[in-house]
Amino acid sequence: MNITRLFDRSEWLGFAAIAAILLILFPSVIDIFRLNLVGKYLTYAFVAVGLVLCWGHGGILSLGQGIFFGLGGYCMAMFLKLEASTPENTSIQSTPGIPDFMDWNQLTELPWWWEPFNSLAFTIVAIIVVPSILAFIIGQAMFQRRVGGVYFAIITQAIAAILTILIVGQQGYTGGINGITDLRTLLGWDIRTDSAKYILYFVNVILLLGVVMIAQFVKVSKFGRLLVAMRDKEDRVRFSGYNVSDFKVFIFCLAAAFSAIGGAMFTLQVGFMSPSFVGIVPSIEMVIFAAVGGRLSLFGAVIGALLVNFAKTTFSETFPELWLFAMGGLFIAVVMAFPNGLAGIYSTYVKPLIARILPNEQKAANAAQATKVPTKALAE
Amino acid sequence: MIGDYTYVEFSSILAMQGFAGLSLFSVFVLMALGLAIIFGQMGVINMAHGEFMILGAYVTYFCSLFFQEYLPSLFGIYFFIAMILAFFVSGALGVVVEWLMIRHLYKRPLDTLLATWGLSLILQQFYRSVFGAREVGVTLPDWLLGSISLTDIIDVPINGLFVMAITLTITLGVAFIMYKSTWGKQIRAVVQNRTMAGAVGINTKMVDRMTYGLGCGIAGVAGSAFTMIGSTGPTAGQLYIVDTFLVVVFGGAASLLGTIASAFTISQAQSTMEFFMSGSTAKVLTLLTVVGILMLRPQGLFTLKIRR
Repeated sequence: MNITRLFDRSEWLGFAAIAAILLILFPSVIDIFRLNLVGKYLTYAFVAVGLVLCWGHGGILSLGQGIFFGLGGYCMAMFLKLEASTPENTSIQSTPGIPDFMDWNQLTELPWWWEPFNSLAFTIVAIIVVPSILAFIIGQAMFQRRVGGVYFAIITQAIAAILTILIVGQQGYTGGINGITDLRTLLGWDIRTDSAKYILYFVNVILLLGVVMIAQFVKVSKFGRLLVAMRDKEDRVRFSGYNVSDFKVFIFCLAAAFSAIGGAMFTLQVGFMSPSFVGIVPSIEMVIFAAVGGRLSLFGAVIGALLVNFAKTTFSETFPELWLFAMGGLFIAVVMAFPNGLAGIYSTYVKPLIARILPNEQKAANAAQATKVPTKALAE
Repeated sequence: MIGDYTYVEFSSILAMQGFAGLSLFSVFVLMALGLAIIFGQMGVINMAHGEFMILGAYVTYFCSLFFQEYLPSLFGIYFFIAMILAFFVSGALGVVVEWLMIRHLYKRPLDTLLATWGLSLILQQFYRSVFGAREVGVTLPDWLLGSISLTDIIDVPINGLFVMAITLTITLGVAFIMYKSTWGKQIRAVVQNRTMAGAVGINTKMVDRMTYGLGCGIAGVAGSAFTMIGSTGPTAGQLYIVDTFLVVVFGGAASLLGTIASAFTISQAQSTMEFFMSGSTAKVLTLLTVVGILMLRPQGLFTLKIRR
């Protein structure tokens, strides 16, 4: 496919606008502390983009994206932790050279499954592959037996709960409730300095833009159309001779891989990883990022993740009591009043306005109208 | 001899763990009954179920305070009044929620999940703002304290027995409502064929609303019973919600018998394993087994045959 046909004209504008805001505007106007926060919010946008494909287009609601976010983050954290735990740095421990929390829990040697994380190449592969394999197993088991919708949501939620209990319970191997903390360098490069934070921010944004382009490629491809068809009339797609479960497994794995990249970038920018980003509550919050932005819009997902997290930080700093009310209200409002989120509001209200002012944009506005979810699809 | 224990000790341990499992079973059944009605019969995912339960617990707490203050002579029986109140308060809130929110979302089950999650956040914060963040516990009347010694080793706490008795009563009550009363027949008729049920003159919208209210009311009673074995905090409900959903799904969503059977299996498995390994490992193993079985048999243990 020709790269220029990946987006239509207004989508190119949107993509360019987001790229310009993230790459030029934010770094030039906000200080490094806030920029680091924006970087952290953007790691959730990876999850939200995955959910747009998987939930918005494919109709598969996963309440366990925190699993994959967490696995990606933990893979990265394990590598960084091993690098930080050199025998010199940990000479006061009873067993020098192993991560501090293992020493606290009376472990005397590194568990075998930690060994490969000494290699950065292995770690980078593992960040993508480990969550994808888990997603493949879950997806294969569920979709082959035609389990979908609500049941799938509950099972993924249960798996998120299981993983949290496991991580918290196996303190000696995983760092327990505190997670893996005190991460310092990546191949000798100190990730805690301001300059490192700038570089990580840009790496993060470029990865995110790449992920959005991959997602867009999937969306406009034939597979993307099949995905929507599966969401709206699964049986018809099946009767047309397509193997529905394979498609579902693939899109679920892709969403998992996206989330995992987000998790790994989260660890790098924030400097730790803990089970509080894995469990049920963060996993459902990740769905709301996609829902606020618009469950069908990739750009919406990025904006939704930014806005909700920004609101969360601001609210919980200034009015901690109001935050949960606001969050709860947001869930209800987005479901009941704006099922297409901000992107839906944009294409229903703002686009026609622009079209009235600039008549030659009319065609683009019509095209956008056509891609809105019909209410019947939502009723599925 | 089994391991380090004599045969008598070992069987006592099994009996004690079995009893602990029965307490957990009671909580699971009480929570899952309401959920099974709402999820199994109506297909609505009520993520705020735990919060309805906690509402019942708070009602019980305030009842105990009220009786202590104004009617100390009747303190021994406050619990029964509190349970009835809890049922109606939670049930009324359920009816209001159905009217405001759920009825617009019947055709979008995944969206009810998100909306009721939002509701649960709001309720949690509401409890925290109004009742305080601290966990509260009720004072039990004297006749519920203490325990009965069956043998030298086996002690059975009375409040645990009482909760089981409540569970049994409520289960029988729900079974009666669902399978014998006119209302129950209407509910099942609507579940099996909404259009036909409407055609023979059943007010399906009203049935939906009352069913949802009934489910929430039972959650309230569950919360009321829950105060006897644990303390109540604003977020206590969320701890149980995933377990409860697994219980309902594992049992087969539309079958009350299945719900009870699966609550029994899961609670016994968990409490027996808890003796042999750490609590978290036992829980992980139990949940993993349940999820594993659900992956092989997604329809659950018991299924209702419905022609669609």
